[in-house]
Amino acid sequence: MASKVIHAYYNDDDVLMHAVKKVKDAKHHIEEVYCPFPVHGLDKALGLAPTRIAITSFIYGCIGLVISIVMMDYIMIQDWPMDIGGKPSFSYLENMPAFVPIMFELTVFFAAHLMVITFYLRSRLWPFKEAENPDVRTTDDHFVMELAIHDNEKELKNLLIDTGAVEINVSEK
Amino acid sequence: MASHYEAPIRKPLVLGDKSYHDVTVDIAAPVEGRANKHWWIVFTIALVAFLWGVGCIIYTISTGIGTWGLNKTVNWAWDITNFVWWVGIGHAGTLISAVLLLFRQKWRMAINRSAEAMTIFSVIQAALFPVIHMGRPWLAYWVVPIPNQFGSLWVNFNSPLLWDVFAISTYLSVSMVFWWTGLLPDFAMIRDRAVLPFQKKIYSLLSFGWTGRAKDWQRFEEVSLVLAGLATPLVLSVHTIVSMDFATSVIPGWHTTIFPPYFVAGAVFSGFAMVNTLLIIMRKVCHLEAYITVQHIELMNIVIMITGTIVGCAYITELFMAWYSGVEYEQYAFLNRATGPYWWAYWAMMSCNVFSPQFMWFKKLRTSIMFSFFISIIVNIGMWFERFVIIVTSLHRDYLPSSWSMFSPTFVDIGIFIGTIGFFFVLFLLYARTFPVIAQAEVKTILKSSGEKYKKLREAGKPLYQINGGTVVKENVETAAKTKSDEKDVASLLDSIGTFDSSKDTADDLKKVKGIGPQMEKTLNQIGIFTFAQMSRMTEKEYNLLDSITESFPGRAQRDDWAGQAKKLNNK
Repeated sequence: MASKVIHAYYNDDDVLMHAVKKVKDAKHHIEEVYCPFPVHGLDKALGLAPTRIAITSFIYGCIGLVISIVMMDYIMIQDWPMDIGGKPSFSYLENMPAFVPIMFELTVFFAAHLMVITFYLRSRLWPFKEAENPDVRTTDDHFVMELAIHDNEKELKNLLIDTGAVEINVSEK
Repeated sequence: MASHYEAPIRKPLVLGDKSYHDVTVDIAAPVEGRANKHWWIVFTIALVAFLWGVGCIIYTISTGIGTWGLNKTVNWAWDITNFVWWVGIGHAGTLISAVLLLFRQKWRMAINRSAEAMTIFSVIQAALFPVIHMGRPWLAYWVVPIPNQFGSLWVNFNSPLLWDVFAISTYLSVSMVFWWTGLLPDFAMIRDRAVLPFQKKIYSLLSFGWTGRAKDWQRFEEVSLVLAGLATPLVLSVHTIVSMDFATSVIPGWHTTIFPPYFVAGAVFSGFAMVNTLLIIMRKVCHLEAYITVQHIELMNIVIMITGTIVGCAYITELFMAWYSGVEYEQYAFLNRATGPYWWAYWAMMSCNVFSPQFMWFKKLRTSIMFSFFISIIVNIGMWFERFVIIVTSLHRDYLPSSWSMFSPTFVDIGIFIGTIGFFFVLFLLYARTFPVIAQAEVKTILKSSGEKYKKLREAGKPLYQINGGTVVKENVETAAKTKSDEKDVASLLDSIGTFDSSKDTADDLKKVKGIGPQMEKTLNQIGIFTFAQMSRMTEKEYNLLDSITESFPGRAQRDDWAGQAKKLNNK
């Protein structure tokens, strides 16, 4: 599908925020905003849903905790119980204090790594992935707002010029 | 914007008249420029030291641990001293990036990248010692609980040494992903500035295709926060577990309950000293004085002073507890430390770690760059002696006076230690030339609140930004011509099925129609189809027109009978 998009460039985060609010007030759908650094409040202004990545991290941490418990119960209690210093390991609960460090470490290990992997996959980040920012300046000091054109190029252009865009670029996506 | 406000009493963290673009240029400069002569000289020295260390490691492994100065009584000495020293240094990076993030300390942003790099490089040095101490490092995987051919021979999960394996490997790997995730936007910045195709290729590989969408940034910030929350207890657990290597034993001078907090404070102490050592040089060499300011150095000196004082408290508590416990072995161990044959090591530790940081009470001294550098070196030396004192003086007087002995390192002991210092600097110097050494994306977020330029503007009552005209409008003419025929198709399609008027009609959820996903819905919306009513009017002619416009899934709409479905949905 050949569709036309309009890219509005801003060189200031505050101007961008005003522009986003103005475009939203005019009931236009903002396809995407590319930023060189996180602009606080932008996700709310764009109406993005809150990220659930912290919840996944909690779930992964729980999985790590369970894995560590099952692993140490099998290794230390079930498979080959040893009597170390007159303290036999016949019960997980009684031997648990010695297992706390590993339970903690594996919880953190799972929570951190799997969350980061989830983030990379969801945001489509991996080696050899091609970057998709429309302009190289968006990693330097320019913010780009992308809007789709539905026969309203003129109207959008005038609106965006009003918001203080430093450059407006119409192109085919 | 109100969120940019910062109390005027706070000193600027970015000096000079810096705009966002200036930050980019300044931080990319060391990567894009060429190495000067000094860099090559220091790099060569570090490389030679590293190679000497490699030689000594090869000698150790091929001949045996007997090449070290260990004996029957002092069976743990420089190897574990160096291990604990390096792990301790590694603590500052995570402390700066994680704990200071949780406390929302903006000054961390100029130093966290390099501090984390230092963490990773020093933990690599630390991990080297247990591995070569195994004697047969190719069997290092035996510390991992894997099913094996020796029956049910498992690792011992009651052992602090095994806890260490898990703690250090978790710490190293989590620090690494924390560091790398933060690096992605900065690598992307260098990628987008790169001129040479080779550099562009390398940095686009390293940046994982970072694009900087609003959603990416939202996730990025959440991930950073959660990682900081996870790394904070993690960093505390690492040195706690290292201290348990000693504290769970029954050696006088080792089995002390104060060890975990005392070791953690000592680790932060030595880590900040090393950060100061590295950054005082780096800010000069890379011309980053505007970002790593005297204020940063001063704040790090204050942390050094506080943690040094905590360490001093711990030393005195140890002495008091030895006396108060009434255990004569304990009492002797500490008396021997201070007055025995290793008195010089004990007093070197005391003066370097407890006495020297107290100079930082004076503002003049803690804002002096030369003095800070000097103290940071002193603290590094003192913290090495602390570990040496704890380990060797506790061991060298055995329970049997007949086995009392001294420890003297061989050239192999010294060579491996020097080698790790060389390796550390090789890595750090390479890092300083190829990585963005300051988290530029983060620094840009605080520029308006803490940059000198904006602070001055605020003080003068001037606006921080202006919405000005002069928009440049560019149009891609070729594509405009090409889309013309499509536009005609769209017009004729909408003519037959009716147009959507946002003021009268409400859009339907087109995804309810079988065969329309979010992507197709978006496409349909772009064409101008928003309602079931419009869709229900589609016939074969419109289907074909739709296919020619969308150019995806030809015949799909017909197969799934979108019009029929839409009719039903519309009547609901």
